Amino acid sequence: MSVVPNMPKSWREETKPHKFCPGCGHGLVLKALGEAIDELAIQEKVVFGCDIGCSLLSWDFFNCDSVQTHHGRTTPVVTGVKRARPDRICIAYMGDGGGYAIGAQHLVNAAARNERITAILVNNCNYGMTGGQMAPTTLPGMKTQTSPYGRDTDSMGYPTQGPEMVAAIAREGAYVARGTVANVRQLKRYIKSALQNQIDGNGFSFVEALSGCPTNWSTNAQKTWEFIEKEMPQYFKVGEIKTPGKKGE
Amino acid sequence: MLEKPIGGEKRVFMTGNEVVAWAALAAEADIMYGYPITPQNEVMHYWTRLAPKYGRSFLQTEDEISAGFTTCGGVLSGKRAFTATAGPGNILMQESMTMAEMMRIPTVLVVQQRGGPSTATVIYSQQEVTMTCFGGNGEGLRIVYSTCSHQELYDYTIKAFNVAWKYRFPVFVLGDGYQAKMRESLKMYDPATKGIKMVETQPSLGLAGVPGVDREPSHLRNTYNTEEELCEVVTNLVKEYNKVVPEVVEYETFETEVAEIVLLGHGIVTRAAQAAVKTLREQGIKVGHFRPITIHPFAADELRAICKHAKKLIVIESAQGQFERIVKEAIYGESVPMESYFKPGQGVTGEEIVEYVKKGL
Ligand SMILES: Cc1ncc(C[n+]2csc(CCOP(=O)(O)OP(=O)(O)O)c2C)c(N)n1
Ligand code: SF4
Ligand SMILES: [Mg+2]
Repeated sequence: MSVVPNMPKSWREETKPHKFCPGCGHGLVLKALGEAIDELAIQEKVVFGCDIGCSLLSWDFFNCDSVQTHHGRTTPVVTGVKRARPDRICIAYMGDGGGYAIGAQHLVNAAARNERITAILVNNCNYGMTGGQMAPTTLPGMKTQTSPYGRDTDSMGYPTQGPEMVAAIAREGAYVARGTVANVRQLKRYIKSALQNQIDGNGFSFVEALSGCPTNWSTNAQKTWEFIEKEMPQYFKVGEIKTPGKKGE
Repeated sequence: MLEKPIGGEKRVFMTGNEVVAWAALAAEADIMYGYPITPQNEVMHYWTRLAPKYGRSFLQTEDEISAGFTTCGGVLSGKRAFTATAGPGNILMQESMTMAEMMRIPTVLVVQQRGGPSTATVIYSQQEVTMTCFGGNGEGLRIVYSTCSHQELYDYTIKAFNVAWKYRFPVFVLGDGYQAKMRESLKMYDPATKGIKMVETQPSLGLAGVPGVDREPSHLRNTYNTEEELCEVVTNLVKEYNKVVPEVVEYETFETEVAEIVLLGHGIVTRAAQAAVKTLREQGIKVGHFRPITIHPFAADELRAICKHAKKLIVIESAQGQFERIVKEAIYGESVPMESYFKPGQGVTGEEIVEYVKKGL
């Protein structure tokens, strides 16, 4: 007799086990998202868009209508859906390369227009899908395939502070937070608040999730968690950054 | 700082992406601008490791739109600048490459074709032919080398810089995922030992002296006010391009002199076609093969000459007729029958060509 582990109702059982590498953070973020969808009872209304990056592996992850877009283009595809079908709950799921590099213009402008969509971005400090190149979020000194001698802040700058940037641009009504897979309960709370913000029609909502990429970091389980829990928070502060009715910090 | 990346000549066994990085080093490329995409990534991976040792630079941009335009900026500054991409990245680079066409900016772009349309596969195809030859809102004023081996990746990457800087049209090296990822042996060399002199680069911006006092300022322009004005500019560009064509056009033939059936294929497909010719000839079947090396501009006259005595042409490609369109345009008016063997996004073997040819006898 096989025992099926507890999974969110909105997950599609037929496509499990999922396709991410063992120890990958994407699965945890999608677990938090699945539970948030369940608790808000919005499965029927969700339109899920995933980017090209390891997020693309979630194209058949949920029992929700889903669309795999282009690298960096999930925000505009999902915005297009929302403008055409305001009754849907539209989610754009992407990586840090997709959101902060190639798709940064879309994120900035969606925030500036206060699009009523929810963007969820997985920050794993690199381009996972393409084999571990430097991302906007790569930590100073961190070695990647395109920063083989370590990220040099003099020529390549510092890690992009995504939620802070979005919060600075977004208008009143937006919800912006940064969670971590090291605290899935809190992450779920943030994602739920973000989705609720869309349901309430307040404005743009954005959650970044600190996450692990053991494959490209070349880390074992212990080192992966150390990196997520100790290294990443030195540059990326976890917490709610902007909530409707409150002033941003 | 190390001086020469390759002294004399050296036999090596490596992937095509590594070859491109070494060739760019040997060609004295100053800077690469790039953005990750499979199957091109390792060009950057090797370049980022090697470049600092030879005083060369690299910038990872935020996307391919930026990589293409930063390449234009580097070239305008008089640097031998290049970039490399594939698939969706190639789409995004078309914008900057039209600027290069219009303003005669000698950019070099290495394309490792992957499956399309859209994100499709990261593996292999010949589906970026139309885009690489004619992408953008222009007239296709560019030179595209379709390579078939690691040796050619090396040779033509070096040549790309020289042809670009000599004629000032954007030059593309059109490889594919197989060539990018496969390991193969080749001879790398210092271009000087082969008598290849790197064409000197010229800055268009940032020259010495006070503009307007010591020298004329550079006022580089790509926008025009009237239809007449633009028509004249483009007509002149086309004229200059056409002048260059006979000097750069390249092709190869295999037993086409007395061939009844001529296989047409470019890039890595030529290897399957060459193998098929060998097998079929051994069986007494009169088959030949024509292969453009510059897929654009195209050796139209040479193919026309073959059409005069051939009884049948077979166009073979890993795309749905992108190469065939070029062929049709080149031999418009010829009456030789033409068949096609298309496998969009999939490789072609010599065996299947042999089988196809024999079925049609
Ligand atoms: C226009 C374009 N450029 C580049 C790529 C190649 N590409 C695919 S995934 C990816 C990086 C993904 O990194 P990220 O967004 O951080 O997601 P992760 O895989 O790390 O979750 C890139 C560069 C592409 N598909 N399209
Ligand atoms: S490469 Fe990294 S981000 Fe992608 S699935 Fe594997 S561990 Fe996750
Ligand atoms: Mg990433």
